[in-house]
Amino acid sequence: MLETKANLIRRHVIKMTFAAQSGHPGGSLSYADIFAALYFKIMNHRPKDPQWEDRDRLVLSKGHAAPAYYAALAESGYFPVEDLHTLRKLGSYLQGHPCRQKTPGVEISTGSLGQGLSVANGMALAAKLDRKLGRIYCLCGDGEMEEGQNWEAAMLAAHYKLDNVTAFIDRNMMQIDGPTEKVMSLEPLADKWRAFGWNVLEINGHDMRQILEACDKASQNKGKPTMIIAHTVKGKGVSFMEGAVAFHGKAPNQDEYRIALKELGEEP
Amino acid sequence: MKWVYTSQRKEYANALTELGRTRTEVVVLDADLSSSTRTNEFAKKFPERFFNCGIAEQNMMGTAAGLATSGKVVFASTFAVFATGRCWDQIRQSIAYPNLNVKIVATHAGITVGGDGASHQALEDIGLMRSLPNMTVIVPADGIEAYKAVKACVDHPGPCYVRLGRADVPMLTTMDSEFAIGKATVLREGSDVTLVGCGQMVAVCMDAAEELEKRGIHAEVVNMSTVKPLDEVTLLRSAKKTGAVVTAEEHTTVSGLGSAVAVVLGEYCPVPLKLIGTPDCFGESGESEELMRRYGLTSERVALAAEEVMRRKKQ
Repeated sequence: MLETKANLIRRHVIKMTFAAQSGHPGGSLSYADIFAALYFKIMNHRPKDPQWEDRDRLVLSKGHAAPAYYAALAESGYFPVEDLHTLRKLGSYLQGHPCRQKTPGVEISTGSLGQGLSVANGMALAAKLDRKLGRIYCLCGDGEMEEGQNWEAAMLAAHYKLDNVTAFIDRNMMQIDGPTEKVMSLEPLADKWRAFGWNVLEINGHDMRQILEACDKASQNKGKPTMIIAHTVKGKGVSFMEGAVAFHGKAPNQDEYRIALKELGEEP
Repeated sequence: MKWVYTSQRKEYANALTELGRTRTEVVVLDADLSSSTRTNEFAKKFPERFFNCGIAEQNMMGTAAGLATSGKVVFASTFAVFATGRCWDQIRQSIAYPNLNVKIVATHAGITVGGDGASHQALEDIGLMRSLPNMTVIVPADGIEAYKAVKACVDHPGPCYVRLGRADVPMLTTMDSEFAIGKATVLREGSDVTLVGCGQMVAVCMDAAEELEKRGIHAEVVNMSTVKPLDEVTLLRSAKKTGAVVTAEEHTTVSGLGSAVAVVLGEYCPVPLKLIGTPDCFGESGESEELMRRYGLTSERVALAAEEVMRRKKQ
């Protein structure tokens, strides 16, 4: 069950950020369902052979969702689940933000926002040159859309008809300083991507059926890259983290940790 | 000396098109300056492996990184000022940190850009690039070295920055001359003072050495074609022999070749040292030759600096 996998990712996110006493639970929890759908259903990949050349590739442009990413990679078999608790610790291969050089399954280092889509485009161009069928998935944040480089990348992907790119925006409406529309208006976001020549889909990013359908539509679509705007709730699954800007980059304390795991169906 | 002047950009195009024929993994990106950087030569011959990214350099660097993760050797070209300054974070995060095979070959570096003025004169690019871990920084002395550097960096793993000029530069080396990434060459042996140059300032050092010889001073000239990793062995051997060093670069002395040399000499062989380069200021419009004189990038100034460090050596 993909919903079970998503729940597992959420529990890992809570445990990892609690153990590290830092990290970004909010934006990791909002992406948990999409990570589960991609790693356990949609993506064609071989965790025991991470360099398999026909694989689908994933770029986590919003690198601070690393806890959810690592949980999905570990549960897929890229590295031992037991190592997840080393997140952000000295000497760990699980850095605060994804590092290609250290972590199996991580395709590109990210963390400085707005750069992932460009890298995904490069992977997509290479796949076209090499006549490979692997798709490129790029997970972006909504606040990240304020970075101008995204719109440069939007142009290039449409210009070169990179229909092997499926990108997501985690539209949780929050960024560090508050609601996105208050910090810097992003709307009309879907219209902007359409105007840049993209195939745009809007879904509930916590509804597994909608996620799967959208990915399917994206891969059927020819001649245009696809942007899936996933409407999500920051901190989804943990009542006191939902919609709470405070948990963008703050770890749960002991009490919060207990309550969070309990809400996610696990006795700590 | 009477020099023959040739174009580094033309040699870049030659090397690139030769690589295009033999190396199918070579892909070239440009940002709307392909007629100036001369990557258009590659584009004509191998259109399927050339991607114009438009005037969007940051996206070009990220795209280069993505191609490199899939086994391509990617050349990304634009003017040096945009390649290194505008895209520094993209190079840091998406290329240098993951240690990817992206070769940033930038043209129009230095003050000799000329009429375009300060906005287009990269005088900080060597410093920006050499401060990045994993980055190799190559400053070819002439057209032939530009050709060799481009050919060599394909097989040099990881990111490289190759710095080329706009204006034609003196032809200093031959196809038979030694060139290797990370290896300096001694172009002229001497015992009194070491002149260390990069780029077209190596030719200026050769002119200065000739002038010094007339005054009875035997100058050694070192072509430091790779600024990072710096060939410390060759540098220290020469500095120990002569006991006085002058560096010369078409770049600010705040962060370029001179600074790199100063760190090594300061730690391992403190000898009198003088840095010739542009001072801590922006450039301006003018003819290349005029600008070289105005900013003190001349053989006369290098020779004076040589005499100064020799005086300090005796004190």
